[in-house]
Amino acid sequence: MQADHLDGNALAGPLAEIFTADVSAAVSRCASCGLTGPVASLRVYDRAPGLVARCPGCEEVVLRLVRSPDAAWLDLRGAVSLRIPLSGTNPSAVLSDEGGRSGAER
Amino acid sequence: MTTFTRGFRGRRRGEDDRLPPGQYLTEDFPVLSAGPTPHVPLDRWEFTIDTEAGQVHRWTWQELTALPYEEPAVDIHCVTSWSKLGTSWRGVSLDVLFEDVETTADYALVHSYGGYTTNLPLDDLLDGKAWIAYRYEGEELAASHGGPARLLVPHLYFWKSAKWVRGIRLLTEDWPGFWETAGYHNYGDPWREQRYADD
Repeated sequence: MQADHLDGNALAGPLAEIFTADVSAAVSRCASCGLTGPVASLRVYDRAPGLVARCPGCEEVVLRLVRSPDAAWLDLRGAVSLRIPLSGTNPSAVLSDEGGRSGAER
Repeated sequence: MTTFTRGFRGRRRGEDDRLPPGQYLTEDFPVLSAGPTPHVPLDRWEFTIDTEAGQVHRWTWQELTALPYEEPAVDIHCVTSWSKLGTSWRGVSLDVLFEDVETTADYALVHSYGGYTTNLPLDDLLDGKAWIAYRYEGEELAASHGGPARLLVPHLYFWKSAKWVRGIRLLTEDWPGFWETAGYHNYGDPWREQRYADD
């Protein structure tokens, strides 16, 4: 029988339209059961009016994404947090760079 | 992308008039679902109407299917753009279920086994416009299409016709449901092409 859902890698393309980082590589924590794991392990129901990503542990909704012709609607209520791997920037250097910050405000 | 024109081969007379704007005709019955299919044993199935005053009206499967039924033949229109004409159902009119329900509420929040919700004005459930449907094309309604029973509100986009329906909560204030809180239109009239929130 054909599976009724995809894995979370199916979110990579649609979310790339919104985020510069690859969110499918992030780690999420389910707001319902607390299960923590890669976004790529979520169960994505795509045969629907939008994308619905559910927790593999409790099946509650972690993320929803609807793309209308002129907007994206993103619901992350079901995720306590996303740990998004980033590289190349030293946060302490940014915080101490007063010149850079004020420059950004100009 | 496949498009259908007025000259599409095989179209029957009158079909153009029955196809809302932006819809295409399909002969099959696509299965759409926002989650896993719930399987509810009939001896534990129930349907409820909860009023704004806290009264609960409850029907078991045996009680629901013993009520007078209708067999509507209706066109259905999915917001993902397919329409299917002349579908045949058997179900209990919401007018029958609301006969003994006292309410002054204007809004209904429909909820399903599995957690799905959708909202609509109470008026759109009454006066012969909606059914709790449990048979489709002469057979038991398949679980993939919302069986054992689903709401059938064919004058609105089909996401309003909640699969695996469990009950209706009557509210004095509107409460948007699953897709209505994620960018889809609050009402969803296919003839006015009310797909998204801003349409």
